Amino acid sequence: MSRGQINIAGFAALAVLLIVLPFVLSSYHTFQATMVIVYAIALLGLNLLIGYNGQISLGHGAFFAIGAYATAILVTKLGMPYWVTVPIAGVVCLVVGFLFGLPALRLEGLYLALPTFALAVATPQLLNYQRVAPLTGGVQGIMFDKPDSPLLPLDQDQWLYFFCLAIAIPLYVVGWNLLRARTGRAIVAIRDHAMAAGAMGIDNAFYKTATFGVSAMYAGIAGSLSAIITQFVAPDSFPIFLSLSFLVGIVVGGVASIPGAAIGAVFIEFVPNVASEISDAAPWAVYGVVLIAAMYLMPEGVAGVCRNIGSRLETRRPATRTAPAPRRAPG
Amino acid sequence: MDNFLNQLLSGLATGGLYASIALALVMIYQATHHVNFAQGELAMFSTFLAWTLMQAGFSYWGAFLLTLVLSFIAGAVIERIIIRPIEDKPVLTVVVVFVGLLFILNSVAGWIYGYDIKSFPSPFPVGAWYANRFMSAHEVGMITVTLALLMLVFAFFRFTPLGLAMRAVAQNPVSSQLVGIRTGWILALGWGLASVIGAVAGMMAAPIVYLDPNMMGGILLYAFAAALLGGLTSPLGAVIGGFVVGVLENLAGAYIVGTEIKLSVALVIIVGVLLLKPSGLFGRTVVTRV
Amino acid sequence: MKRFVGALAIVALSAFAVVQAVAAGKYDPGASDTETKLGTTWAFSGPVSSTSPVERQMAGYFAMINDQGGVNGRKINLIALDDGYQPPKTVEQTRRLVEQDQVLLMYGQIGTPTNVAVRPYLNGKKVPQLFVTTGSSSLIDPKKYPWTMGFQSSYAAESTVIAKYILAEKPNAKIGILYQDDDFGTDHLNPFLAALGDKAKTMVVAKASYAVTDPTVTSQILSLKAAGADTLYLMAQSRAAAQAVSAARDQGGDNLLLFIPFVATAKSVIGPVGDDKLKGLMSTDSTKDPTDPAWKDDRAVKDYLAWVDKYVPEQDRESDRSSPLGYVSAQAMVEVLKRAGDDLTRENILKIATSLHDVAIPLLLPGVTLNTSATDYFPIHTLQLKRYDGTRWQLVGKPIDG
Repeated sequence: MSRGQINIAGFAALAVLLIVLPFVLSSYHTFQATMVIVYAIALLGLNLLIGYNGQISLGHGAFFAIGAYATAILVTKLGMPYWVTVPIAGVVCLVVGFLFGLPALRLEGLYLALPTFALAVATPQLLNYQRVAPLTGGVQGIMFDKPDSPLLPLDQDQWLYFFCLAIAIPLYVVGWNLLRARTGRAIVAIRDHAMAAGAMGIDNAFYKTATFGVSAMYAGIAGSLSAIITQFVAPDSFPIFLSLSFLVGIVVGGVASIPGAAIGAVFIEFVPNVASEISDAAPWAVYGVVLIAAMYLMPEGVAGVCRNIGSRLETRRPATRTAPAPRRAPG
Repeated sequence: MDNFLNQLLSGLATGGLYASIALALVMIYQATHHVNFAQGELAMFSTFLAWTLMQAGFSYWGAFLLTLVLSFIAGAVIERIIIRPIEDKPVLTVVVVFVGLLFILNSVAGWIYGYDIKSFPSPFPVGAWYANRFMSAHEVGMITVTLALLMLVFAFFRFTPLGLAMRAVAQNPVSSQLVGIRTGWILALGWGLASVIGAVAGMMAAPIVYLDPNMMGGILLYAFAAALLGGLTSPLGAVIGGFVVGVLENLAGAYIVGTEIKLSVALVIIVGVLLLKPSGLFGRTVVTRV
Repeated sequence: MKRFVGALAIVALSAFAVVQAVAAGKYDPGASDTETKLGTTWAFSGPVSSTSPVERQMAGYFAMINDQGGVNGRKINLIALDDGYQPPKTVEQTRRLVEQDQVLLMYGQIGTPTNVAVRPYLNGKKVPQLFVTTGSSSLIDPKKYPWTMGFQSSYAAESTVIAKYILAEKPNAKIGILYQDDDFGTDHLNPFLAALGDKAKTMVVAKASYAVTDPTVTSQILSLKAAGADTLYLMAQSRAAAQAVSAARDQGGDNLLLFIPFVATAKSVIGPVGDDKLKGLMSTDSTKDPTDPAWKDDRAVKDYLAWVDKYVPEQDRESDRSSPLGYVSAQAMVEVLKRAGDDLTRENILKIATSLHDVAIPLLLPGVTLNTSATDYFPIHTLQLKRYDGTRWQLVGKPIDG
C-alpha cells in the first residue's frame, strides 16, 4: 500500500469509528465523547495561535466563556434556536479576538502570556459584575433546556454528539486547508522569524491579529457547544483552570499538530477523572508533572511521538521525505 | 478624609506584599529573562516550611533564618534541575514548565498541609510604638521589611562583584562566559535569591492573608501588575510599582469602580502598561538585535 | 409459531411471578435486597476543597450504619466523585453516577453553581437531588424543581434570624454589610434586607462586596467603618471570613458587634484569627457544639465523639469536631431510607423526604426538628444565636424561627 492509500484507509477507519461510537457507548460515555469533540475544537483554535503562529495565550478560557454566554443569552433572552447561536457565538468571538489581537500585536512571547493570564483570572469576576448581571445572570448563571433530537432514532445525547461532530469536522478541514495553503505558510513564517517574514512581504500585523481572531472563534464555537451540551453557564464554569487545561491539552497532544489537538482533548477530558481516583490533590499535580515531563521527553507531544515512529518505519524504504525538523508545519 | 488616609495607608501595606513578590519576579528576570509564574507558589511553600519548623519547636527567628537558607537551596536546585535543560528553548516551553511547576507546588502543598487556613505569627508585637491609628504594627513592619529588601537588592547589584556578574550574564551570557563568569552558577544564584525574597514576602503576607495553599493566587496577579508597571528590569521600579498598585487598588475599589471588580484593576494595569510603556516606568528599553 | 409465542408468554409470566415472590420490595435502579447506592459529587480538588471533611463525615456515618447491618438489611454504598467545583464537571460526574453507576439518588452534593448545573438533568430524569450541601434559597424551588431538596438551614433563614435579633436587641444599630460577590453573598444579603423591612434604609449604612480572589478585605472593612457602622454582618466564608473578622477588630475595636454566617464558624475557618479577636463574635446554629462542655453528658454528643474516634479519626480533632454537619445530614438521609422501608423507588423516597414532620435528630439543638412539606424543602427552619465568649460558642436566647 502506498502512503496515500494508508492515509485513506486511516481516515475511513476513523470516520467509521466516529459514526459508530455513539451507538455502542452508553449515553453517559456519548456525553463524554461529545465533550472531547468540544475540547478538540477549542484546542485546535489555541494550537493555531500558539503552535503555528507562536503567540502564547494562557487565557483562551475567556473566549470559551464568551462563546458559551453568547449562546446562553441568545437562546434564553431572544428565544433563538440553539443551532443558530453557534455561528453567532463564533462571529462574536472572532470580533472580540480580533480586537484583543490588535494590542496583542505589540506583545511577544512572555509579554503576551502575562495579560492573557490576567484575562483568564479576571474572567469569572467580570462575568458576574453587577452591571452586566442582568444579561449574564450574575452568579446564578443561565440555564436553558436541552435540545431534543429532531431525528427520531437518535436520543438527545446521540443527537448532540453528531451535531458537535458535524461542526467540528468542517472546522478541522478548514484549519487543515488553511495551514497547508499560502496563509498557513505565512502564519508559520511569522512564528519562525517575524522580521524575515515581513521582509518577504507578509503582512505581519494582519496575519497575527487574524490568527488571534480565528483562534478565538474556534474557542468561542467550542464554548457555545459546551453550553448547549451542559445547558448551563455560570462564572464558576470558567475558572483559570480551564484556560490552563487548554494549554496542557495542546502541549500533551502536540504543539503545532492538528491531530495533536484531538489527542490533547482526550487527555484533558479523561485524565483528571482518573487522577482524582488516586488522590484528591492529584488532578493538578498530574497536570503539572505531565506538563514538565512532556517538555523534556516529547516536546512535540503525543502526535510528535507517533510521527517519529511513523517516519522511522518509513525510512526502511527509500526516503521520500526530509528528516523531521524540530518544529515544522503539519504534513 | 480619615477614610481616604486609611485607604491610602492600608493600600501601602498590601502594596508592600505585592512589592516583595514583584521584587522576587524582577530578581529572576534580571538573572534569566524569564517571568516566573510559579513565584507565588514558591513563596507559599517557603511559608509552609517556616510554619512546619515553628510547629517543630523552632523560635520565630530560628525558623525564619532556616527557611531563608532552605529556600535559597530549593530555588537553586530547581534552577539546576528543572530550568537548566530548557533554558534556551522557546518562550512557550519555559512558560509551560513554569505553569507545570505552579500546579505541582500548589497541589503538593494541599496534599501535605490540607486546604484549611492556618495562622502565622507576626514578628512585630501588636502594641509596638510604631503602630498607630492608621496602621497596625505588622503593616508598618511589613513596609519596612519591603524597603529593606529593596536596599539589599540594590546594594547587591550595585556594589558586589556577584551582582555585577549577574547583570552581565543577563545582558550577554556568552561574553560573560568568555570573561570567566560561571554563568550556570550565576543563574542558580539568581533563583536562590529570588526564592529567599519570596520566602520573606510569604512570611510577611501570611499573618494578614493567612496561610493556605491558595494564599498567593490573588497576590501573584497584582505582583505581575506591579513588576510590569515598575519595569521588569528595575528592582526600585518593582517596589514602587507594588505600592502604587496597592494604593490604586484600594482607592479604585473604595471610590471609583467599586469593590466588585477590583481584580480587573490589575488586568487593566497589565494591559495598559504593556501597550503604552512596555518597559515600565523605571525599566530599560530593551533593544532586540536581529 | 403461535405455540412458541404462547410458551414464551407463559415462561415470561412465571418468571415475573417468581421475581415478585422473591423480591422483598419495590426497587428503582440502585436499590436491591442487599444494597442502596447513593451518589454525590464533591470538590475534593479546587478552590473549596477545604470542605471535604463534611463528605468524609457522611461516608463515615454510613460506614457505621453498615457495620450495624445497614438500613432495613441493606448496606448503604455512597459513591463520591470529584468535580473540582466546576459546574460542567459536576454535570459529567452526576451523569456518570446516574447512568453508569446507577445510583438510586443523588445525596448531599456540594455547592450552589454545581447543584444548579445538574438540577434540570436530575429533575428531568426524576432522580432525587436530596439534602444538597448548600443553604442557597435560589437553588430550591419546589414548584419548578420538585426533585431538588436542601438540608442545612437556608442562608435566608440565618439572615432572617440575625435581622430579628438586631431589631429586638439593638434597634438603633448602624449596620455595615460585607458580602461575597456571588450567590453566597446575595443569598444572605437579600433576605437580611427583607427581614429588616422598612428599617433597612435607615439601619444599613454601608455595603461592600469582595471577590474570592481579593488578597485582603481590609479596604472594604475600612469603607464600612468610615460609613459609621457599629454592627457588621460579614457575609463571608473561608479565608475572607477570617480576614474580615481580624480586620474589623483591628479597625473597629472590641465594641463592634460582628455577625458571621454559620458556615464560617468552624474552627478550621476562623480559628486562626485568635481568641481575643473572636471574642463577642456572633452567629447562628442548629446543632449542639460537641466541643462545648455544657453538652458533655449529652447522649447524642457522646455518641458523636465516639463515632469520630472510630470512623473519621483522620479529622483534625480540634477543627472539625465542632461542626457535625455531614454527620447530621447523613443521619437524616438514613432516617429517610428507614422510613421508605422496602419501597425504594425514587418517587417514594422523595415523598418521604418531603413529608417529614417533627423528626428529631439527636444532635440538633433542643427545639429544632426536621420539617418539610410539598412546598417547603428546607428541613431546618429554627436556629439559635450563639456568641463566642473567648474560648467557645455560647448559645444566646431562645431558638428563633427563620
